[in-house]
Amino acid sequence: MSTDAPVFDPAVPHRCSPRVALRPEPFGALVYHFGTRRLSFLKTPQLVEVVSGLERHPDVHSALDAAGVEETQRPAYLRALAGLAANGTIEERL
Amino acid sequence: MKLVEHFQYGLNSPICLTWELTYACNLACVHCLSSSGRRDPRELSTAEAKSVIDELQRMQVFYVNIGGGEPTVRSDFWELLDYAVTHDVGVKFSTNGIKLDETRAAQLAATDYVDVQISLDGATAEVNDHVRGPGSYATAIRALENLAAAGFGQPKISVVMTRQNVDQLDEFKAIADRFGAQLRITRLRPSGRGADVWDELHPTATQQRQLYDWLVAHGDNVLTGDSFFHLSAYGEALPGLNLCGAGRVVCLIDPVGDVYACPFAIHENFLAGNVRSPGGFQEVWRGSELFAELRQPQTGGACRSCGFYDSCQGGCMAAKFFTGLPLDGPDPECVRGFGEQALAARDADTVIPKSDVDHSRSAPRNSRGPVPVSIGMRPDRACDESPLAGLRVPVAGI
Repeated sequence: MSTDAPVFDPAVPHRCSPRVALRPEPFGALVYHFGTRRLSFLKTPQLVEVVSGLERHPDVHSALDAAGVEETQRPAYLRALAGLAANGTIEERL
Repeated sequence: MKLVEHFQYGLNSPICLTWELTYACNLACVHCLSSSGRRDPRELSTAEAKSVIDELQRMQVFYVNIGGGEPTVRSDFWELLDYAVTHDVGVKFSTNGIKLDETRAAQLAATDYVDVQISLDGATAEVNDHVRGPGSYATAIRALENLAAAGFGQPKISVVMTRQNVDQLDEFKAIADRFGAQLRITRLRPSGRGADVWDELHPTATQQRQLYDWLVAHGDNVLTGDSFFHLSAYGEALPGLNLCGAGRVVCLIDPVGDVYACPFAIHENFLAGNVRSPGGFQEVWRGSELFAELRQPQTGGACRSCGFYDSCQGGCMAAKFFTGLPLDGPDPECVRGFGEQALAARDADTVIPKSDVDHSRSAPRNSRGPVPVSIGMRPDRACDESPLAGLRVPVAGI
């Protein structure tokens, strides 16, 4: 999650980091990263679905499709996911 | 809805909880919020404590603040620490440093998921020992030296702000820097034995302003447990959640397994249940009637019409409760002076509640026997030990 983290590219496969735990909460989920020991939050259930669904899809766009994220919401979700990539919650899947 | 607004309705599990492992303590600090001193014979056994940890792991409570009493005087403390961190429950523990010799410091430096917080209430032995007792300054400094020598990364130095130490803020910061530690300052509350000394020790109005200005200037690298949000009414909001987490995102498990809404509210009115009861901690957290009430939006009461209510939120429930002020009125340290007026308006008929839990060595034994849980006056809100104290919280906003 440092400066050498690759730029977020939604065209490549991703996954929720194996060092991350997602705890379901009424607003979405609480995220705990066992590596950085940081807490963060996923503020909608739909974002939780996207994040946990990443590993089942060939790219981020199809994970957004599968979660039914509307077109108008895409830019906001991609921004949120870029933030999650930067802090290590999600990562590229090789 | 903002995240904070979600938090007020409560979470499936606490974000962070305080767990006091024992009422035993080698010190007898005059302001001890849990009136600690003697061990309680009903304290959780090692096996019971481990089953609480198992439950926290199942509930995905990722870390706990362990305190006391002095937690390290429990002979199974190190065993429980290891058990917690190997069960995905990180630990931050508060200590006066009594057991942190070179060997323990080295052991801690080699353990992941452990934070250590050394209590120090004066930047000089004179100021510290006046509150915490003779020799306690030297003990704390020795512990910090041992941690630094062992290469333990960034312990915290935790300071309760008093009339005698507000002027020492820069010196505290210098001590923290000297040991590679992070400074944490919190508010003195009239809880436990703190009730007996609050009038004498709590910062003056002028000092509150001084403290606020210092925090605005230096707050970035100083932890506060979110405990000074009543000062936000001076103007700029201080960093933090600005939410009373009691029963919502925070709670206290005491040494005998009683669960209270907040670490500063050890009183039967704020007792939600016990971890030994059927369903354990999870049932208390999710099913307690008291917590359900605390998860209602708060009303603000007499403070509602104040233009600063949104920033200070009426202040600290525990501070009001233990000074005999109404819970839906101003905080005793309201920066606009309404609290002082309310304190002055107390009369002979004002009941100032006292905790019935007292393990002070000077107190009679067994201060509370088995007591039927009765919930009388309900809190409008309860406060602090911020759920997010010390964490940077990146929020994936939509």
